[in-house]
Amino acid sequence: MFIINCPYCGERDQSEFSCGGEAHIVRPKQPTELSDDEWAEYLFMRKNIKGVQFERWNHAHGCRKWFNMARDTSNDKIHAVYKMGEKPPVI
Amino acid sequence: MTKYRINKTRFVDQTKTVSFNFDGKKYHGFEGDTLASALLSNGIHLVGRSFKYHRPRGIMSCGSEEPNAICQINADTNLTEPNVRATEIELYEGLRASSQNCWPSLNFDIGGINNLISPFIPAGFYYKTFMWPKSFWKKIYEPLIRLSAGLGKSPSEPDPDIYDHKHEHCDVLVIGGGISGIISAKIAAKNNLKTILIEDKNILGGSTIYQNNKNFIIDNKKSNEWLMNEISELEKLDNLIIKTRTSLAAFHSYNYLLAKENISDHLPLDKKNSDIRQRLWKIRADKVIVAAGAIERPLIFNNNDRPGIILANSVKKYLDFYGVSTGLNNIIFTNNDSAYETAVSLFEKGISVKIIDIRKKSLSNIVKNAEDLGIKIYWNSTVVNTFGYKKIKSIEIMNLSEDGSNVTGNKYKIQCDCLSISGGWTPMVHMHTQSGGKLDFREIDQVFVPSEKSENHINVGSCNGDFELEEIVKNTNNKIKKFLNINASGFDKISVLCSKELEKKNIWLLPNTISEGKTKSFIDFQNDSTAKDIKLALREGFKSIEHVKRYTTTGMATDQGKLSNMHALGIIADTAGVKMGTLGTTTFRPPFTPLTFGAIVGRGVGKFFDVVRKTSIHEWHAQNNAKFENVGQWKRPWYYPINNENLHEAVQRESKAARDSAGILDASTLGKIDIQGSDASEFLNRVYTNAWSKLGIGKCRYGLMLNEDGMVYDDGVTTRLGENHYLMTTTTGGAANVLSKLEDYLQTEWPELDVYLTSVTDHYSTASICGPNSKKILKKLFPNKDFSDEAFPHMSYQDAIIDKIECRIMRISFTGELSYEINIESKYGKSLWENCIKAGEEYKITPYGTETMHLLRAEKGFIIVGQDTDGTMTPIDLQMDWIVSKKKYDFIGKRSLYRSDTIREDRKQLVGLLTDDPNEILEEGAQIVSELDKKPVEMIGHVTSSYFSPNLNKSIALAVVKGGKKMKGQKLFVPMENKNINVTVSDFIFLDKENKRINA
Amino acid sequence: MKNKYSIFSLIKNAFSQHENWKQAWGNPEPKKEYEAVIVGGGGHGLATAYYLAKKHNMKNIAVLEKGWIGGGNTGRNTTIIRSNYLWDASAGLYDHALKIWENLSQELNYNIMFSQRGVMNLAHNLQDVRDLKRRTHANRLNGIDAIWLDTKQVKEFCPIINISQDIRYPVLGGTLQKRAGTARHDAVAWGYARGADAMGVDIIQNCEVKGIKRNGDQVEGLETTKGYIKTKKIGVVAAGHSSVIANMAGLKLPLESKPLQALVSEPVKPIIDTVVMSNAVHAYVSQSDKGELVIGAGTDAYISYTQRGSHDVVEGTLKAILELYPIFSRMKMLRQWGGIVDICPDASPIISKTNIKGLYFNCGWGTGGFKATPGSGDLFAHTIANDEPHKLNAAFNLNRFVSGDLVDEHGAAAVAH
Repeated sequence: MFIINCPYCGERDQSEFSCGGEAHIVRPKQPTELSDDEWAEYLFMRKNIKGVQFERWNHAHGCRKWFNMARDTSNDKIHAVYKMGEKPPVI
Repeated sequence: MTKYRINKTRFVDQTKTVSFNFDGKKYHGFEGDTLASALLSNGIHLVGRSFKYHRPRGIMSCGSEEPNAICQINADTNLTEPNVRATEIELYEGLRASSQNCWPSLNFDIGGINNLISPFIPAGFYYKTFMWPKSFWKKIYEPLIRLSAGLGKSPSEPDPDIYDHKHEHCDVLVIGGGISGIISAKIAAKNNLKTILIEDKNILGGSTIYQNNKNFIIDNKKSNEWLMNEISELEKLDNLIIKTRTSLAAFHSYNYLLAKENISDHLPLDKKNSDIRQRLWKIRADKVIVAAGAIERPLIFNNNDRPGIILANSVKKYLDFYGVSTGLNNIIFTNNDSAYETAVSLFEKGISVKIIDIRKKSLSNIVKNAEDLGIKIYWNSTVVNTFGYKKIKSIEIMNLSEDGSNVTGNKYKIQCDCLSISGGWTPMVHMHTQSGGKLDFREIDQVFVPSEKSENHINVGSCNGDFELEEIVKNTNNKIKKFLNINASGFDKISVLCSKELEKKNIWLLPNTISEGKTKSFIDFQNDSTAKDIKLALREGFKSIEHVKRYTTTGMATDQGKLSNMHALGIIADTAGVKMGTLGTTTFRPPFTPLTFGAIVGRGVGKFFDVVRKTSIHEWHAQNNAKFENVGQWKRPWYYPINNENLHEAVQRESKAARDSAGILDASTLGKIDIQGSDASEFLNRVYTNAWSKLGIGKCRYGLMLNEDGMVYDDGVTTRLGENHYLMTTTTGGAANVLSKLEDYLQTEWPELDVYLTSVTDHYSTASICGPNSKKILKKLFPNKDFSDEAFPHMSYQDAIIDKIECRIMRISFTGELSYEINIESKYGKSLWENCIKAGEEYKITPYGTETMHLLRAEKGFIIVGQDTDGTMTPIDLQMDWIVSKKKYDFIGKRSLYRSDTIREDRKQLVGLLTDDPNEILEEGAQIVSELDKKPVEMIGHVTSSYFSPNLNKSIALAVVKGGKKMKGQKLFVPMENKNINVTVSDFIFLDKENKRINA
Repeated sequence: MKNKYSIFSLIKNAFSQHENWKQAWGNPEPKKEYEAVIVGGGGHGLATAYYLAKKHNMKNIAVLEKGWIGGGNTGRNTTIIRSNYLWDASAGLYDHALKIWENLSQELNYNIMFSQRGVMNLAHNLQDVRDLKRRTHANRLNGIDAIWLDTKQVKEFCPIINISQDIRYPVLGGTLQKRAGTARHDAVAWGYARGADAMGVDIIQNCEVKGIKRNGDQVEGLETTKGYIKTKKIGVVAAGHSSVIANMAGLKLPLESKPLQALVSEPVKPIIDTVVMSNAVHAYVSQSDKGELVIGAGTDAYISYTQRGSHDVVEGTLKAILELYPIFSRMKMLRQWGGIVDICPDASPIISKTNIKGLYFNCGWGTGGFKATPGSGDLFAHTIANDEPHKLNAAFNLNRFVSGDLVDEHGAAAVAH
């Protein structure tokens, strides 16, 4: 079980958090303009990276804030956490 | 004293006799004994039968690596436990142990026949047979295989004991209370670090605590005396927690560790008291020091499994720690120096001892010590066979050839009653690998040692491959200082003298004169896998260690291969002609030793299994005989039977009362989210399918929420409390998910919106009163309020005061009746409810539960998300096109409604169903077909909700049917197991289609 | 030539101390080119190769395995086999597999110990009851032998279940599929490997795929740790690592790979004679031929390729186990482990062509792929050989995520009122 450094609360046990999957998939501003394929890409297709992945986490049993994390999915090492809207770090 | 209790030690109190029972016979031991040492003191070696061949097996070790001596404890009581290692259980008054896996008895076991037919049942034989005739598998072969399954017996009664969890944080956790652990803990604690030291035995000190050999001297004291002094100093340190009887179970990443503390397992039966038996410590440590020690290896030779064949260092522990001799005529068979310590100990106690060493010589101090004592040593020799069925009687030895690959010369037979074996040492690297660490193979003594350095944990002592006392002490000191960033410690000037091993030799499988196929050289003693099994696996193409392990079951017994894995690897490497280091090891999986389910679960059983959420009115429901339904974590009144009514009868009565006069429902469990902010209306526009901007203050509106995939997700009524203030209700089960989904969109997709969400589900209790008399009841409750349709129309809300308490009244309806919902601060919920009941008395106000609510809403064709929908229904499928805004540019899920599959016209759509026989009630979940004879059957839909409506006096059902929108009036069938039910598709609004009752 | 396995061959070999058994499968180096290459030597991949050789006469094929065959989810699952699925497409797929299971030991001449001890699914709330009844009705009409049991019947079939109505989530009934059961997981991989090898399939272990070479939209070959291999058809059956392979070909899949844990107890004498699954409280249990209780835990809710999950998941599962079987409280966990499962949004698999010619994917089995092994192999072989899906796997295409025609086996996962 990880220790996650919530950017708002500090280090907390993983059990306080929930994961929202891959980060930086922006909801299209004009969904109606998209083809079915493009919409499916947004809706379902994921990189599912083995290695450093940028993903969304929520301090669900804490401050309820969403934030981003760079975590290596091959060894669960957390490289960085950063707030929503911030640019992903270079890792 | 018994014949075998030959020595007095400080660890066993020979003034305190403890009686116990083994296989129905009473014996005595002493306080401080383990079951194993007590049995040995009574001359008992034979304690079990092996899994496959049912060979007689004896105590082989003194710790958690024990493969043979496993017993059923306290059989046939609620305190029974299978597969308990006799070497680990501390003796207590009244302990009853019995041997396992034998019938009718340990001494005469029918299963022993397997030993005779063993040539026909090699590793993996079951994959090759039991296939013909096919029908025999289920009836004969498999039941036969099952008969031989398992070792002990599962308990058959619930556990009377309690288990506990404790969360702990510390700067340093030290695993293992042997000499290196003690040094580590002392350095850490003395440097102001909050330290925890755990040790699985009942006292600290490891194997040094009984090491009184003159060759091992620390600061001019015998090592055991030096260590005792250290321990008494350690116990004085106040920022050190010492936990004995506590074993590490798992080492997870981020230094999260689980350790199990035994609290009552060693107590006499009459002191156990169904209290806390074990406590699982959940530890987060900043730094972890693993000082887990090493385990002695056996040697692999023909018939190496007889009772009386014991690991040499265990023999020494039984002697020097417990005062018990494992035999009076001892032979030691070794490939290394450490067994000589056992020999010297035996000799000093006057026990006959001889040594067989596969090496050609050894010039170390300890060997010289043995030679000086006149102990006979057979150099360059190996055991080729052993004799004695239930206890070893003699062995045969031969000389080894020059390269050790063969035996030469004559066989030489020696009598004995105990054979102490030592194949060297295996560092306990389990913790290191569990934490994610890697291993290196060290060629010189053929061990795997921890490789990578981690910032957060370190291995010291023999688990790190340091076997000699001097290197253990000095390396531990140096490594810990570096690890903890400490400049100097009290151990910097320590002087250590010890015997040093210079000659090393290892042969994984000792040679023999007979062909391998005819020998039984056991590697995994419990599972009965032998060297020839491993070679068979290799011949059959199982190359990977994991394949060999799985094919032969080596290392998969309850000792998890602690004694067998290295030999299996070694034999594979030798046979395949590869370097052992290149093979890798098998994965060491947690737990380190088997861990009680109860301890893992802790208090989370029974009433603590899951949170129970009750409304503030719950007590009233219970007093009024409500039957409850679990909805998520909530307990909701399901129905309120009167005079032995069954569900159906109660629901008919409740439903009728609600439509004829008045009913009242506890609606407090519905999710409630308070929404505020200047963009609240825009936010609702985006999350609901319909439009919200124009909703007037004080008005309520029903909303439908979709997933981004266009499928219905949740629904509920939202009320506009002010210009920038809404109160949203959600389904009971969906509340938490809806809130987190809304927060997700708000924070990540639309951070520009000025909106704040707060869950207020628990803040308010809700009494929902419906029925033609509901207005009259409300008037009684709120005499000053104007309840006329003009002043207080349907789908609106007003603030009100009752008993000086503020509340909100929403005029909304989920039943189609005139209906009001009163929201009040939760602590007044019960009082409000009682007021409503009192005010409604004259109208026979009837409390109704969820079942009646379901029926009433079904009469009106209102859906229940999760019952009439299943994650595949769009609003269009539900014939709720009216709620999907065409004007809004976007809302969650909108785009998905226009995909090629979601626009199909023949999707499953919500319809009503009427049975031809109005008294026939369809089963919810029943499937629907249009043609009875079609093969394969084509199911076009299913019944989602079904009731007998007392108000319509007929059965009604909601269903989803392919293309149902256009099927009104069509005859369909519901095929049941024993009959087909004829149904007709109808409108799904069965009652009051004109919505007259809402204003009645 | 392979040995034929039987009681007679065992006896015969006993007299030569079992020195003369042939290799169950070989250890070849890869050839330069194959007609088709299967990536992934788990049960599904080996079965695919077996059926390609047997039914489609494609013998010049190879199975590439990064580690050792059967070492992924095939060797890490709780071995439950059943076909009582809700939707027609799923029922068709899984029952196709179940029918093959019923004769598989004989077909492979390898005892995979298919044990039809029945699988029960328990209901713990009223919506569970509705959902399971719905599924049972659908099963019956699809010719699948599932029946509904009331609480008393549940107890009769599995006497150690706690059916007290006073527990937090009491058992309200359940379904039973008697043809369902378990099989010996390793044996499935080994049996298919032996069968495929006998027909000339090259099983190449310790061979990791590093790249997929394309010419336009047609695959041409694979870069591997054992060199370049030319082929026009690549079938990927890499379970948790499907996305990793897909990314090599520039494809994204609708998958997330998550840790799934399982555990076994110490072995005890037979105490539970069937498989019991409970979705609501999340506890799956059966007992192996060795006597270990085999317990399936859940997945963690984050992507990870570490084969390690969090302890909370195991604790939660055992809580549920003790709720249903309080007698197991003093039993001990012997081993726990994790696998990596690739999960589709609709909890159904993908057995499909892709928009790259010659590249096929068989993935997304989530937590329940073992039961489908023979059917999956058979249908994937058909799809690769004919470049068209079989009618039984047509619904499990990749395009369903575009059209919206999902096979949503989550069913009514939400509990709401």
